Amino acid sequence: MSKVLNIVPDRCTGCMQCELACSWVQTGTFAPSKSVIRVNVFDEEASYAPYTCLQCDEAWCMSACPVNAIAIDEATGAKVVIEASCIGCHLCTIACPFGTVFTTPKSDTATKCNLCGGDPACATACPTDAIEYVEADRAGGWFEPWTERVNSNYVEAATGAN
Amino acid sequence: MGGWTGKLLRVNLTTGTHAIEDIPVAWMREYIGGRGLAARYLYEEMDPTADPLGPENKLIFATGPLTGTPVPCGARYMVVTKGALTNAITTSNSGGHWGPELKFAGYDLLILEGQAPRPSYLFIYDDRVEIRDAAQYWGKGVFETEDGLREELGIPALRVSCIGPAGENLVKFACIMNDKHRAAGRSGVGTVMGSKNLKAIAVRGTGGVDIAEPEAFMKAVWEMRAEMQDNPGRKSFTELGTAATIDLTNAFGGLPTRNFQQGQFEHAEALNGNAVKDTRMVSNKACFACTIACGRVCRLGEHSEKYMVNVHPRNWKTAGEGPEYEAAWALGADTGVGDLDAVLKANWLCNDLGMDPISMGSTLASAMELYQTGVIGDDDVETPLTFGSAEALVRMCEATAYREGFGTELAEGAKRMGEKFNRPEVFMGSKGQEFPAYDPRGFQGMGVAYATCNRGGCHLRAWTPGPESSTMDPHTPAGKSEWVVPEQNRTTSHDNTGVCLFVAGAGGPMEKIAPCVSAATGHPYSMDEVLKIGERTWNIERLWNLRAGLTKADDSLPKRLLKEPHTDGPSKGVTVNLEFMLPIYYEARGWDPEGVPSPEKLTELGLASL
Repeated sequence: MSKVLNIVPDRCTGCMQCELACSWVQTGTFAPSKSVIRVNVFDEEASYAPYTCLQCDEAWCMSACPVNAIAIDEATGAKVVIEASCIGCHLCTIACPFGTVFTTPKSDTATKCNLCGGDPACATACPTDAIEYVEADRAGGWFEPWTERVNSNYVEAATGAN
Repeated sequence: MGGWTGKLLRVNLTTGTHAIEDIPVAWMREYIGGRGLAARYLYEEMDPTADPLGPENKLIFATGPLTGTPVPCGARYMVVTKGALTNAITTSNSGGHWGPELKFAGYDLLILEGQAPRPSYLFIYDDRVEIRDAAQYWGKGVFETEDGLREELGIPALRVSCIGPAGENLVKFACIMNDKHRAAGRSGVGTVMGSKNLKAIAVRGTGGVDIAEPEAFMKAVWEMRAEMQDNPGRKSFTELGTAATIDLTNAFGGLPTRNFQQGQFEHAEALNGNAVKDTRMVSNKACFACTIACGRVCRLGEHSEKYMVNVHPRNWKTAGEGPEYEAAWALGADTGVGDLDAVLKANWLCNDLGMDPISMGSTLASAMELYQTGVIGDDDVETPLTFGSAEALVRMCEATAYREGFGTELAEGAKRMGEKFNRPEVFMGSKGQEFPAYDPRGFQGMGVAYATCNRGGCHLRAWTPGPESSTMDPHTPAGKSEWVVPEQNRTTSHDNTGVCLFVAGAGGPMEKIAPCVSAATGHPYSMDEVLKIGERTWNIERLWNLRAGLTKADDSLPKRLLKEPHTDGPSKGVTVNLEFMLPIYYEARGWDPEGVPSPEKLTELGLASL
């Protein structure tokens, strides 16, 4: 079974160590704007949600690419951008339902999570284990209680109930 | 070269022009960055006798070489200017995400000059710099301003520092707030920004911080992280936040209560770290690159209807940050209020309206003493200023920011207010700045630390309760000055790097940070050099203050601490022996008996030409 990034929002404190580590490995500088993992902050909900590519089985970014510039890394199952082939058409960024394919500002080519070749820097850097790299069947257990709580907060806010 | 960007952005608000300049490499090396580098610029460029609220005052935002890097807690920026509260140089530090963003935009320093002709905000997007109209934000709270700018500019990742109504109304202890709940809090830096008609600085940076020696740098970062991971101080900060300190100071009779009339607070347990964690906290929150996450996010929930006033920051219904130790003390013990919900509301009002909760609480406590002793009466105030009144606490925070009723007096700070009512002794502070949450009668060393701090009463330059609660007798003055001097140098150097001071108590001392600075910048810094840089910075700040007209007489403490001991508790019978400690302090600094740095000392520090 392949491994996946298991991201647990309740453990995240919003420190951005993952963005720093990602940009360092991907671009050689500490620049969160170039990171392909991003932390969404919902400050009034006291909630922080790192998000990155889910490495979909049925990857729409791959299907959308007109020049086959996104390929599967056999070792990790990651969908990887072949930068030399990318023509910068942005179709993959539109096709992705989760908004996790980005573009590199200067070259305008696509960039996305490649699982760092099997040793994701974001998971190593996270100080609270909010990002773990685990076997796929161990991932996602946090999801239902979390959505239930977040949804109820929204209902409270919308209805004015305390 | 790495760590530093090597560039500064200078904006003249009077003329609306800006320029990007190179920072002299020699200065970067001599000061590391941050607080020291900014002090060097202020010394070079500004007349220290200028009016802090006039266009001649300069407002400098300074990051360090480690700001925006993964060094744990490399989030800080410093605001350096002439303080509106103190008329001395001030160096106010803040975390959050704004400092790193300025760095990513390409600047180590931002120097603001002049005075905008109308309410304005500054927009920085890498090398695009614009001064824009802020009419629609003037009068708005901090939370609304930040959200509004993000929406207007259409940049979700925008980072904002701004002032609230308190800064606009020139409340003497107004803050510059960033990321809603983070503050460059002390000495009235927000007042200076308000006097410049500048509502906000909105920044987006898409560049990065480069590193001179990547391999050595990552090794040093991971060594520091590993050390911090299992450190008991780090664990306590994470679990209980800074408010855990209440238990320590209260146990030693060093928790100032009711304007320093007592040294212990009977409701301390209602405000401490456990009370916050167990009753109102919903989450930790970290600043940029922080592996501690001491920030508390709290919800009032069903208690949000208590103590209603005219303004209602949105987060009263949802969630907000705080209280940390200093705010819990100033708005709690010092005013005698033992209700956490009132303290939280007052704290959030301070954050949204942009005021320093330490000076706010302490000034209100001084006013409560005036009320207690009959100097002011019910004709002077809309609500009785009785010690312990939660209603008065919450309402007066609002009234102060808007200068309504007696709030006009509070807005001037405790020193000016006390003088106006011919009771200067109710001011508990030094150099015009109210003390933070340590009673020097419980921790003798805090007396000399408070009296000598360049920016007035401050807890962040030499935290003597650490050694005084463990290895030193807290009540004797002996040995205290000798500890305070090198500690002030160390913390100053720490501020220069851009790393949060809290890591020092969490397994990340300067010995761990220095290798990170060396690898990031490519300039080898030994511990000796690092401490020398702290001393150099301290001395240049001192020289600036002397030129501004401050003298030995300003290295003083209120009569209460020198003459009036507590009548019970662990610190019973103790007064502060500053007369003993100050000459030793001057000597340890290499200053003459009047507190002026000797020519030999200045030569040693490379400051002889100043």
